[in-house]
Amino acid sequence: MSFNLDLLLAGTYHDWLIQGLRLSLGMAGITLLLALPLAVMVAMFRLSPVRALQWLGAMFVESIRNVPLLAHMLFWYFGAPELLPDGIKRWLYAGNIEVLSAIAALTLYTAAYMAEDIRSGIRSISNGQFEAGRSLGFSFLATMRLIILPQALRVTIPPLVSQTLNLWKNTSIATVIGVGELMYQAAKVESTAFRSAEAFAFATICYLSVSLILTGLGLLYRHRFPVRTA
Amino acid sequence: MGMIEVIQTYWVYFLIGQFPDGPLGGLTLTIVLAAGGLLLAFPLGFALAIARMSPWRTLSWPVTGVVYVVRGTPLLMVLFWAYFFLPSITGQKISQFSTMLGALVLFNAAYLSEIFRAGVQALPTGQFEAARSLGLSYFAALRLVVMPQVMRNMLPSLVNQFVSTIKDTSLGYIIGLSEVSFIASQINNLVLTKPTEIYLVLALAYFILCFGLSRFAFWIEQSHVRSHLSGGERSKMPRPVKRTLTEQT
Amino acid sequence: MIRFENVNKWYGEYHALVDITETIGKGEVVVVCGPSGSGKSTLIRTINRLEPIESGRIVVDGKDANSTELDINQFRAGIGFVFQQFNLFPHLTALENCTLAPRNLSGLDAAAARELALKLLDRVGLSEKANAYPAALSGGQQQRVAIARALAMQPPVMLFDEPTSALDPEMVGEVLMVMRDLARDGMTMICVTHEMGFAREVADRVLFMDSGRILERATPDDFFNRPQHARAQQFLSDIRTPFR
Repeated sequence: MSFNLDLLLAGTYHDWLIQGLRLSLGMAGITLLLALPLAVMVAMFRLSPVRALQWLGAMFVESIRNVPLLAHMLFWYFGAPELLPDGIKRWLYAGNIEVLSAIAALTLYTAAYMAEDIRSGIRSISNGQFEAGRSLGFSFLATMRLIILPQALRVTIPPLVSQTLNLWKNTSIATVIGVGELMYQAAKVESTAFRSAEAFAFATICYLSVSLILTGLGLLYRHRFPVRTA
Repeated sequence: MGMIEVIQTYWVYFLIGQFPDGPLGGLTLTIVLAAGGLLLAFPLGFALAIARMSPWRTLSWPVTGVVYVVRGTPLLMVLFWAYFFLPSITGQKISQFSTMLGALVLFNAAYLSEIFRAGVQALPTGQFEAARSLGLSYFAALRLVVMPQVMRNMLPSLVNQFVSTIKDTSLGYIIGLSEVSFIASQINNLVLTKPTEIYLVLALAYFILCFGLSRFAFWIEQSHVRSHLSGGERSKMPRPVKRTLTEQT
Repeated sequence: MIRFENVNKWYGEYHALVDITETIGKGEVVVVCGPSGSGKSTLIRTINRLEPIESGRIVVDGKDANSTELDINQFRAGIGFVFQQFNLFPHLTALENCTLAPRNLSGLDAAAARELALKLLDRVGLSEKANAYPAALSGGQQQRVAIARALAMQPPVMLFDEPTSALDPEMVGEVLMVMRDLARDGMTMICVTHEMGFAREVADRVLFMDSGRILERATPDDFFNRPQHARAQQFLSDIRTPFR
């Protein structure tokens, strides 16, 4: 059994794999942009004094986190489109419904985890800080903005980097609904050329490299902006 | 077919797959696979943790590297390596169940080593010192004082890891293993007209299982915190966050 | 200046403040003391509504602290509060801790706020530490910065919740001296404290609390030498001779 590297450096198989890599990166990027604001909103809901909002936030987080991403993907691809009106359904099926379903599933899944990390980060700031801010005369939101969030940011970034890493790895699950991302392409090369070692090695290296870069960025941040306590 | 009829017709299939006319499947397989994947990973996870905490760099660094690599790769990747690549070098075809189990064990060992390491390092050093001061030997101190506490500390994390593993079993779908997600899709292929409902039931099944276990982990944590803290630490118990200042504006 | 009218507070079933009625005049320095759990911290925290009350009224400078029409933020800006745990903002320097409120709430510009803050830091004896972060300051220094921070909004009344209880003994003095100077300058102050020396020297009045009630009100001289209430006598005897 030989390991033929040339196969991966040029030619059709190479193109497939690169295409897959780009789609994986693209999906991760878009999901991150959508999930972060959603996560902040859900975290704020859970921290707000309004019970209904707290409950809504908690429901969101618990119902999403306790179901595997694969099941989410199956639901958004097979189940959810059925609920849409015919016009939109036709437009979706004509276009890239696989990618859209995958991004929907990934966004909700990632946001649920990030919301918890953000909430923990904010709660880790001692209540005394909040009281001190309110005692000076700052409103709830002003206290959050000027005193709590700047401190919470430093604590929250490392877990958020972890979640981004998970997101990157989770893009591979989109294979199951036929999205042509990296894992899908690697399997395609395997079934077409029977070159499992080369294709999977390529994919593994891609996943590890991005993981390494993200972890490095996280460490850099922690080094430059350490958590400051009094 | 109405949804009630679907449930009535297929609930056994959903729960145990084609058993006894075929291998075990469905929700039962999911649970068995997850339990096996976690328990069988204990020895390896333990060994990795000890290696990582050992004072010999030639041991701790490579092991840390391996754990890093396993945690930086998607589980699906590990699964594909095992399912597609291994047969081509060993010449033997490995069953989907064994492949999935193997991948889960490897993955869990890496994560368990982290849990073990964190559990040991979380114990206040004063415990070990107090034990040695009484005259206990190194190993007696470990056995009688350190390990019992470490085990109790780790229980919530272990239950959470079990919940994660249950979710990870869903990847078996991709290699055709008859775990519950695969079964749900099979049912969908038979019924064809109710995909939304079928996948919602699937989600509900996972939710009940995982949420129930998470609550159990939480309960363990709470009861442990209340009863096992030594006197000096009881004052450090987390106090409920006061809501007095969270008025609007 | 500050008036309690039949104030009652419950934590669930627990009656934390029982029928509190008291008036504190402008320029008065009042010390509140009593055993642990007597409700003295709770009392002071109801003044700026860090704790709500269930019945009665608290009026500060003519404003009802629990009225729904009150702008709570503006109200709080008019009361200075010093915490037992200092609660300085660790991500800001000492100077920035003091300029935060004037700049954002009073609308002072950077230069004016800076000038004000430096003057206050000088008043508490820490002008050379203006650019230090709280982590670099000792407990006593942090608490003095906290006092300067509370003074920055120029409130007519200052509340102190056990300001020296979290300090190592050798640093207690520097904080008490700042408080004494404040009192001499005519500030209206309510201090919950165990420091009997401070109470004797600086306070105009002492309020003794136990189990949520004010049991005795007297001048320091009367309180320390001729306590009337049995519980007060017990308390003072416990403090003076802890070893028997």
